[in-house]
Amino acid sequence: MEIHEYEKFWLAASLLLIVGIIATVTYGAVGVGVSMIDDKGGTIDPKAVDQHPKFGNPGVYKTGANEYDVYVVAKQFVYQPGTNEPIVVPANSTLTFHVTSADVIHGFEVVGTNANTMVIPGQIATFTVEVSGPREYGILCNEYCGAGHHGMEGTLKVVPEDEFNATAGGA
Amino acid sequence: MSLYVDEYPEEAKVIKATFLVSFVALGIGAFFGLIQGLHRTGFVRILPSTDYYTILTGHGVLLALVFTIFYLLGLFTWAVTRSLESPLPNIKLTWAWFGLTTTGATFAAIAIVAGLFPSLDMSADVLYTFYAPLQAHPLFYVGLAMFIIGTWMAGADWFLAFRKWRSEHPDERIPLQTFMVLTTMVMWYLSTLGVAISVVFFFIPWSLGFIDTINPLLTRTLFWYFGHPVVYFWLMPAYLLWYTVLPKLSGGRLFSDPLARVVFVLFLLLSTPVGIHHQYLDPGIAEGFKFIAMTNTMFLLLPSLLTAFTVVASMEHGARQRGGKGYLRWLGVLPWRDPAFTGMALAGLMFAAGGFSGMINAGMNINYLVHNTLWVPGHFHLTVGTAVALTMMAGAYWLVPQLTGRRLYSRPIGLFQVVTWFVGMVLMSNAMHRAGLLGIPRRTAEPQYQSFDFTATIGSVAELRAQIAIGAALLFLSVVLFLFNILLSSIEDPIEMPVDGRIPAPLSGASGSPVVLDNLKLWTAIAAILVILAYVIPLASIIRDAGLFGRTVAVPVLIDGFNLLLGVIA
Repeated sequence: MEIHEYEKFWLAASLLLIVGIIATVTYGAVGVGVSMIDDKGGTIDPKAVDQHPKFGNPGVYKTGANEYDVYVVAKQFVYQPGTNEPIVVPANSTLTFHVTSADVIHGFEVVGTNANTMVIPGQIATFTVEVSGPREYGILCNEYCGAGHHGMEGTLKVVPEDEFNATAGGA
Repeated sequence: MSLYVDEYPEEAKVIKATFLVSFVALGIGAFFGLIQGLHRTGFVRILPSTDYYTILTGHGVLLALVFTIFYLLGLFTWAVTRSLESPLPNIKLTWAWFGLTTTGATFAAIAIVAGLFPSLDMSADVLYTFYAPLQAHPLFYVGLAMFIIGTWMAGADWFLAFRKWRSEHPDERIPLQTFMVLTTMVMWYLSTLGVAISVVFFFIPWSLGFIDTINPLLTRTLFWYFGHPVVYFWLMPAYLLWYTVLPKLSGGRLFSDPLARVVFVLFLLLSTPVGIHHQYLDPGIAEGFKFIAMTNTMFLLLPSLLTAFTVVASMEHGARQRGGKGYLRWLGVLPWRDPAFTGMALAGLMFAAGGFSGMINAGMNINYLVHNTLWVPGHFHLTVGTAVALTMMAGAYWLVPQLTGRRLYSRPIGLFQVVTWFVGMVLMSNAMHRAGLLGIPRRTAEPQYQSFDFTATIGSVAELRAQIAIGAALLFLSVVLFLFNILLSSIEDPIEMPVDGRIPAPLSGASGSPVVLDNLKLWTAIAAILVILAYVIPLASIIRDAGLFGRTVAVPVLIDGFNLLLGVIA
């Protein structure tokens, strides 16, 4: 089969580009430690979210020195907590979010950051982020979830350590 | 030499009918697009924001599925008959698939538009992706099923034509255009299995109340199993035009027939096992499967990069035949006054930009930043919205005269139309990409929020909104010009030879390429194996976790949702 000279060069350059991109993503995962949302959060009965030991009383639970679990329930068209009261976390801590849905598929995006996940009923999305100094972030639903989708928002407040109180029942 | 309509009058009628459906959908879908562009930027609002999603669903379904696929049905019918030099074996079958696809598309459209009239108690504003447990009216799902089965029958029609040709030409290479159609259809059969299972076994019984619960992650994964390959189903007709028509319009001939075949085989193999790349941020799917989907996706760049080379090389060859000289000066002698040529060339240029933003989407870690933001519609308005749609419109300027025997009403209007599309899309998609980087979400009627603002590092959010609105207005104007130009062309007086429909043989012909390239059975088998490798374990794991029918109950759109919203506001 005849492959022209320039065509061969282009083919090689294309393959180099493709392998190069895959290498950068691999480095991001293995070297820098950017991990994907995956199946480690486990599953939950979406009709019985309120009977779950943590999702039944969602909020911020202390799990170690400067380490916290944040439980959030998404449903049409609020985050609990987040919408009616902000999610309050202490500065300079490591947060592991656990987010699930009680009805339809939602999104959970901390605006302007790479904290972003799908929230699928029956599934628990888990991801870990680090926060530094005090600051306020917006949270929005980025997956269409019904006629009131555009109103689904929340707030994440990072406050100084001494102003923070964990959710009752936390460790 | 004679015109297509003279040689194949029956097929020309079917193709005109598919184009008519396609262009009606284009008109309505584009109008919905204008409403959205002006609504979400806050410039003109004629509907409450809760109805925005009905318009959005209509825009997605009518443009992404009806406009593109009906055009494809017509184009592929033209390509198969033209390149096999033989009419379709059974014209009744041809009209049957046309009837089924058209009825299906009409049903889906009725279910969607009914959402604007609360008294009808019917709605389908579940968006083009129709993720459960948001539930649409059964008519929407039934319409989709009929539409898909209709496309399967169309494929069967083309395969039967090929089989007949093969029995008469046992040792010849498959003509290039037919090869492109057949590989695309094998890809389509493989990939529509996912959505067909989803619609027939889950959504229809569920929307009729025969089953109560659904597994949202399973149906979502089955949707994306189809939802990415469908992108290539839109793109392949554009590629067919770029490979076989654009070189001719440039004044030359296709550079390499064998490489074109390699490209279509690669698309067949790689386009189905990649859908999980739309689910990088889904819980319930292990990281390893996401990585496999990413690797396949990145290798899928290869056929597109090869296409870029071949198309540009063919254009350069054409330009040099016309007396073009120099490294870049040859660009000047190309037929820029021909709207069919200019439209396709500009579409190809935009596809390069869309390809690069696609690489960003496909990088599974960078994806965190852009997932479900306006970046994503920015990307696909370059790929399907320009590379495909503009190529199809430009192609119509050359094809429609061959189907009607009448000349194009106005070439200058055609030229103005394709340039307007290009400019409108530059403004709109550039602004969408930038807005996405600020975290502004897609698919929302009100991108302003109560408790926070988006901060632009370059320019301002107001400027981005203005660009989107102006872009949307230009794009709508462009569609109106296109439709009028085609409409007026159809009432011109018939003339002897309105357009030269000949396509010259490629520079490097098929004869030099390995015969194995034409072995469709082999490629189908490999494609099926790749699908099994990519999907069987993740699907098994999803079903094991939450059950085949899941535990999630239906949430009807609009009526209940709206009451809930009122409760939240109160």
